Amino acid sequence: MSQKSEKIVILTAAAMHRVLTRIAHEIAERNDDSLATVLVGVQRGGVDLAKRLAGVLQGIWGQPVPVGSVDVAMHRDDLDQKGAPPVHPTVMPFDITDKTVVLVDDVLFSGRTIRAALDALNDFGRPQRVQLAVLIDRGHRELPIKADFVGKNVPTARHERVDVRLREVCGEDIVYLEKP
Amino acid sequence: MTWNRKHLLDIESLTAEEITIVLDTAKAFKAVGERAIKKVPALRGKTVVNLFVEPSTRTRTSFELAAIRLSADVINFNTEASSLKKGETLKDTARNLEALNADVFIIRHSAAGAPHFLARFLRGSVVNAGDGAHEHPTQALLDAFTIREWKQRIAGLNVTILGDILYSRVARSNIWALTKLGAHVTLCGPSTLVPRAFERMGCRVTFNVEEAIANADVLNLLRIQHERQRKTMFPSIGEYAALFGLNKTRLARTKPDVLIMHPGPINRGVEIDSEIADSNRSVILEQVTNGLAVRMAALFLVTGGKGPQEVGV
Repeated sequence: MSQKSEKIVILTAAAMHRVLTRIAHEIAERNDDSLATVLVGVQRGGVDLAKRLAGVLQGIWGQPVPVGSVDVAMHRDDLDQKGAPPVHPTVMPFDITDKTVVLVDDVLFSGRTIRAALDALNDFGRPQRVQLAVLIDRGHRELPIKADFVGKNVPTARHERVDVRLREVCGEDIVYLEKP
Repeated sequence: MTWNRKHLLDIESLTAEEITIVLDTAKAFKAVGERAIKKVPALRGKTVVNLFVEPSTRTRTSFELAAIRLSADVINFNTEASSLKKGETLKDTARNLEALNADVFIIRHSAAGAPHFLARFLRGSVVNAGDGAHEHPTQALLDAFTIREWKQRIAGLNVTILGDILYSRVARSNIWALTKLGAHVTLCGPSTLVPRAFERMGCRVTFNVEEAIANADVLNLLRIQHERQRKTMFPSIGEYAALFGLNKTRLARTKPDVLIMHPGPINRGVEIDSEIADSNRSVILEQVTNGLAVRMAALFLVTGGKGPQEVGV
């Protein structure tokens, strides 16, 4: 395997900004009861995205939107196969019962993370409904899970990697597709 | 840095980074214990065996509840009712339990090295819940967790361990953990119970209580382990209490924010005065709460992964 890996930009900073603004408007359009809507970011990539969406939604709705975070490490189904994953804080500073929860993640792939996140949400209450917003949908679902709001659909091969870099963590907003 | 160990046998072989992983993981599990639903499915379908070949209630209960909160099935195997009394060897007992497809073995044994011995031939994971006077890793981890929670750091702190050091696995594991994390550890107690040899583990030994407690940020008091002492190491309990017990007079000479810890069970009026044990500087009950979180983290980490493997994001 002496082949050099290839790195393609699939979302620039400007494009990411536009995409998040659009998703926020779609969320607002779908959920007219702004008081009953909360955002929950999936650790780690989804948390900062959820905060940004909340910022845009606040501009649309004229009121702050609650943001929580959920870590799925304790709810995954592959503890046997993988090493124990790092566990990040799950913070749910509000009651999700009877709310519309918009789960936010950076990349939708097999769907197993979202399955685990749905499980984890159960421990905190019974939402009226759960919607899913993702920045990138790269296909290859292994479960019957579908996003309600998609930033960009990116056809990928299974062995490729989608690298989402956000300014909060990496100092820049960009998404790469890495072909090994 | 990720956790790559199948067993948790001692603190001596862990790196500072590995200890920190356990503490960070425990923090997340502590939050689980504060929710209305205190249970996660991480170890669903796994079988955990509590193999306690030495009497213990609090550690066994803590491990049992930790396993239950991770959704594992738990078997308690006590020496009293077991075949070990009928002449079966530890190895055979463990193999029999493994034949029931147990995944994790939590072992408490009076012989130092018993968990290491089991880890050599068992396919499952082994967690040391105390072996003789050797180590008690989860106690040291919960002590470190408690210190970090209250003091926001461990590096640079002065920690004094006061009492029966010689027979204490808690002391040994604590010394390893705290020195690896950068604390300054002082040992103090009757000279018969605090041998100078401990200086080789990187800590200071003193027999002067007033001096040992004056600069301490943390005071960890240990019980006199009557059950382990083969001969009388000091004249009387009364004399021990007078010379080394933490009373009001001594407490007045400590730092105002000193953290008072004790692994339990406490002997009120011996190593610690009753009102001090119940005071707001004592975190003895916090240690019990944190012990549960640390044991959940330990079981979670040793169960994770039989080797790196590519799995979907």
